[in-house]
Amino acid sequence: MNELASHPPSARSGRFLKDHLFVAVCLLAAGLCIAVLGVLLASIITQGIEHLDTHLLMNPPSRKPEKAGIYPAMIGTIYICLVCAVSAIPLGVGTAILLEEFKPRQKTLARLHGFVQLNITNLAGVPSVVYGILGMTAFVEVFKVMGSPGDPVWTLGTPENWYYLQLPFGRGVLAGGLTLMLVVLPIIIISSQEALRAVPNSLRQGALALGATRLQMVWGTTLPAAVPGIMTGTILAMSRAIGEAAPILIIAGVVYITFTPEHLMDDFTAMPLQIYDWASRPQESFHQVAASGIMVLMAILLTFNAAAVMIRQKFQR
Amino acid sequence: MPATIPKHPEVNMMNPSIPLPPAPAEHDKTMRKSDPSTGHGDTQPAIEVAGFDAWYGDFHALKNMNMVIPEKRITAFIGPSGCGKSTFLRWINRMNDLVPSARAAGTLKLHGQDLLDSSTDVVELRRHVGMVFQKPNPFPKNIYDNVAFGPRLHLRMSRVELDQVVEQSLRSAALWDEVKDRLKSPALSLSGGQQQRLCIARAIAVGPSVLLMDEPCSALDPRSTAAIEDLMAQLRNDYTIAIVTHNMQQASRASDYSAFMYQGELIEFGDTEQVFTMPRNEQTQNYITGRFG
Amino acid sequence: MTAINPQPAVSLPRGRPKSKILRRVRESCIMAGLIGCGVFSIATTLTIIVILSVEALRFFRLDEVSFWGFISGTKWSPLLGAEKHFGVWPLICGTLLVTAVAMAVALPLGLITAIWLSEYAKPKVRAVIKPVLEVLAGIPTVVFGFFALTVITPGLRWLHEGFGVYNAASAGLAVAVMCLPIVTSLAEDALRAVPRSLREGAFGLGATRFEVAVKVVTPAALSGIVAAFLLAIARAVGETMIVALAAGASPSLTLDPRSEVQPMTGYMVQIFLGDASNYGAEYYSSYAVAATLFLMTLLLTLIGHRVRVRYRQVYE
Ligand SMILES: Nc1ncnc2c1ncn2[C@@H]1O[C@H](COP(=O)(O)OP(=O)(O)O)[C@@H](O)[C@H]1O
Ligand SMILES: [Mg+2]
Repeated sequence: MNELASHPPSARSGRFLKDHLFVAVCLLAAGLCIAVLGVLLASIITQGIEHLDTHLLMNPPSRKPEKAGIYPAMIGTIYICLVCAVSAIPLGVGTAILLEEFKPRQKTLARLHGFVQLNITNLAGVPSVVYGILGMTAFVEVFKVMGSPGDPVWTLGTPENWYYLQLPFGRGVLAGGLTLMLVVLPIIIISSQEALRAVPNSLRQGALALGATRLQMVWGTTLPAAVPGIMTGTILAMSRAIGEAAPILIIAGVVYITFTPEHLMDDFTAMPLQIYDWASRPQESFHQVAASGIMVLMAILLTFNAAAVMIRQKFQR
Repeated sequence: MPATIPKHPEVNMMNPSIPLPPAPAEHDKTMRKSDPSTGHGDTQPAIEVAGFDAWYGDFHALKNMNMVIPEKRITAFIGPSGCGKSTFLRWINRMNDLVPSARAAGTLKLHGQDLLDSSTDVVELRRHVGMVFQKPNPFPKNIYDNVAFGPRLHLRMSRVELDQVVEQSLRSAALWDEVKDRLKSPALSLSGGQQQRLCIARAIAVGPSVLLMDEPCSALDPRSTAAIEDLMAQLRNDYTIAIVTHNMQQASRASDYSAFMYQGELIEFGDTEQVFTMPRNEQTQNYITGRFG
Repeated sequence: MTAINPQPAVSLPRGRPKSKILRRVRESCIMAGLIGCGVFSIATTLTIIVILSVEALRFFRLDEVSFWGFISGTKWSPLLGAEKHFGVWPLICGTLLVTAVAMAVALPLGLITAIWLSEYAKPKVRAVIKPVLEVLAGIPTVVFGFFALTVITPGLRWLHEGFGVYNAASAGLAVAVMCLPIVTSLAEDALRAVPRSLREGAFGLGATRFEVAVKVVTPAALSGIVAAFLLAIARAVGETMIVALAAGASPSLTLDPRSEVQPMTGYMVQIFLGDASNYGAEYYSSYAVAATLFLMTLLLTLIGHRVRVRYRQVYE
């Protein structure tokens, strides 16, 4: 009898105890997240603050840590990211438009459509090193059917010209940028698809009812309405490209480069590669330079992310 | 030359400004005494429907519809929710092409042109059949660009001509006076009723001969509704209008002919006065007197 | 002309009609371009598969290598010593060990944070945690690698002497930090997609918040959560820079997280970075390793897709 009588309240308090305990665990977990970010930033700032100066920004790397700079890597990052953006954005948005706005009715085509969609999900999951290998084979060597990078079958101009091109591309800016394009393409496709999906159907119907063709509808109404979302996704994808190291590590290797690329075939290095190079050295002092480089890289990325957030907020209404 | 979707008539150079259609009071009631279902009488047939069926997948949404919608009259479609009114309208301009499971069979002709024929150019068709949706759907652009959207798709015209089209369309939609000073402000800043009139102006700007309106007032307040009804009264002599409405008073006030639909079937179709005062069918009687639906 | 011309509805300036042929030509070109975009994505996958299998086959054809030896061997020593061994298990073991450490931390932590964000946290708290997660998600992996090398490893070595200069645990913990925002945000999306009515029903029966969150909402969102987990695992398996910096370069078949290992991605970087002769067995071995890696992530993606398709069916 007393069991019955005492059971409900104690069970009740036990249940609420669990609730409070869980809140404590949650707070701990969330606190841990913040703490980790805090420690990470703190450790980088304490290590990196010493070398963070205009010397670092304006000079090439050096064998002496106190003289090392990140200028060629910054320029290299800008070049490959430009190549990446110019190639990835049209391809990505085009694929997203094809997948979202031209869903076929016919059965076989619909199945093909589903297959392309699944394929993109898969591409998004492919590790970036594998893209590095793909870029190595497809862009640097062009499947070894066009001679070798040192002995190209086709050239345009000479290495002195700014417009110099060759086939195969070799380990240059173009190969690096295109490889980065492969990495960020699925991200741009998926985020653009989401942006297009968020456009209300009533706009599409409104355009079609005026006698617009599908493409006129996309160009005149759907795409403009989706532009803020597409821009946000693209900026985030580009910030991924800026920080991506593994694929271009395979393309460019860690090379000691003190000059900036002069044409699309020229050797290059990029900020994440330079940071990897410094971080992988045993000397403590190079770790400090790496931390300074990370601060520069993170500052650029934070600017990008802030831009994405601002665009999102401006157009959210 | 094979039969095509009706072409635009020649430019009416003599009268470049829009003649305001006669006020509803002047509307000649004697003109609508004939039986529209036969198509004979004083008006030309605009849309001929015979043995028309429509499906969504296995669901039989419209069953054996037969009717003739006369030209330059307002035909109201009434009936309980889900009876297929929107489905029917959306077949007239083939908006149902967007629904993968939608299918139709039978005869559906606009000015003699078979609309279900696979060779029908739907893009061309939709130029001639404007549609106004239940919820106003202006594009997120400015007022001017909304109205200019259609003409820009189809026509090469000078800035001046385009300005003229925009102004005249806005005038016909009775919106010009309210927006003439802020053509460049966003369409979404307009009130609901203004947005709906903008959508009507946008549809008119393409130069259609038929206007389909699917519950154009159901998302609007009474004042905007009154404005749209006035507007319809002004448009009634120039356009063939098919309107879906849940508002019995609106149907009886504003339309020339009424069609009552129920569960995918066309139950009764005739002169509005007749349908509302002495319906031949008991279901119609029950519906309009509010006994069901 | 048999078509009936409707009379002008209203007379508007008509301009000149645009050429339909021109429009059709233009639109066909654009359509071809769009289809080309779709083809490009398929071509990418096909090229990956073709390259990996062709080069891996070339590798297996070499005298010192056998396919069976590759998939069953327990010794991987392609660079050193007179006799080369190409048994892939030490590399897989390295990958799995790092992934296991990472997931042991990131999955529970991420799920708990997600539950808290979706079921408990007030908007103000979310406004703090969400940006923290977004910043974490935006940090390049080379930075996490650096963090592992300069903070986590010294920390672990300070706690316990058994940890090597390079060790699986340090890399695993850094991968965990990298995966945390992925798990949290995807799991939170899944939790928030659970209909309100389900929660209200459970609260109506007198359940506590904890019971609603753990016994009602989480099971309802399970497939979405599983999909998030699978994605995080795939990211961990494919992570390169962290392991290249912190895990070490000696492949060993071990389950001890304190020891040095070499995951598959780390090996690939080592081969492509070093001047391994472009046509030696060790060079081609990296393609066989890459193929193994690709198969693993492909499998994870396909399972995730399956789970998510099911999940969609539950709610629609
Ligand atoms: N896209 C669709 N897919 C399947 N069924 C639909 C679709 N649209 C409408 N229906 C069905 O067709 C019937 C008629 O719908 P509708 O024409 O919208 O009715 P009304 O406009 O008269 O309210 C309804 O039963 C509705 O459920
Ligand atoms: Mg309807």
